[in-house]
Amino acid sequence: MASEPVGASSSPADRLDAESRRWIDDLAGEGHAHAEAVARLHELLLGAARFEVARRRLALPHLRGGDHDDLAQQAAADALVAVLAKLDDFRGESRFTTWAYKFALYEAAVNLRRRAWQHRELPLEPDSWPDIASRALSPHEHVAESELLGALCEAINGALSAHQREVLVAITLNGVPIDVLAERLNTTRGPLYKTLHDARRKLRSCLSAAGLDFPRDDRGHAR
Amino acid sequence: MMSDDRTRERERLIAALLGPAGPELTCEECFEQLDRYVDVTLADRDPDRSVPGMRAHLIGCPACREDFDSLLEFVSGVDGDGRTPTASS
Repeated sequence: MASEPVGASSSPADRLDAESRRWIDDLAGEGHAHAEAVARLHELLLGAARFEVARRRLALPHLRGGDHDDLAQQAAADALVAVLAKLDDFRGESRFTTWAYKFALYEAAVNLRRRAWQHRELPLEPDSWPDIASRALSPHEHVAESELLGALCEAINGALSAHQREVLVAITLNGVPIDVLAERLNTTRGPLYKTLHDARRKLRSCLSAAGLDFPRDDRGHAR
Repeated sequence: MMSDDRTRERERLIAALLGPAGPELTCEECFEQLDRYVDVTLADRDPDRSVPGMRAHLIGCPACREDFDSLLEFVSGVDGDGRTPTASS
């Protein structure tokens, strides 16, 4: 690994490691060094985009090898434009390459998630929702959990707005990616996640009001 | 075994429906901070102290979680000469 970025207390200029500083100077400059840096950056972004496409290829069995590379090329080109446009936003809180890679991976991931759902109906209607209650009822399982799932089912149907219900069910139960849902509903990821967040808060509040015990800590680790 | 699977499935379902309990970042904030969180994670320097609210968001947002997993895997596989890793799946 390259050297770590310095801590967040220093100014952005002080914070840059030597490699990141070189990238910024070359990309912000002119002439041969600039052109060479742009070409090198494109190469790196293309590598990241190809990695993401390869990682997700199983979700897109209908795409051919040529399609995969077209997707990666497009993602790398879009990421290059984004990185160059946002160069002034780079604060040196990570290595420059980590910052740049995230644009390529993101562009490829969004594109691939959309492709995977391109010709699929989004399960937004109530009759296409999974039956949560049936998963809750089993004589061999814990009564408390069954009761909790039953109450959740009631709260989803009774306490949430239609929009909150659609978003919650699509994302958490039916596995619809948030950016795919955002595109279909003509909105963006941010407001949609806010809707999901509000719906979840309402569900927690319903469970608390009913005196039910439920997990209150964030379980699991990000890594 | 079947019962264990059902229990795990129901726990997963409840966790997905209720989401994280604590304060969390938005998707935009998550994207802004993702590179920092990944580098700090790879350097074993307490990422949750560096970027509070990120862990909760990654638990609650499957798409951002995928983006995190991908960046983490990719960056940890890039060698000193910038050679890029091959996807593991």
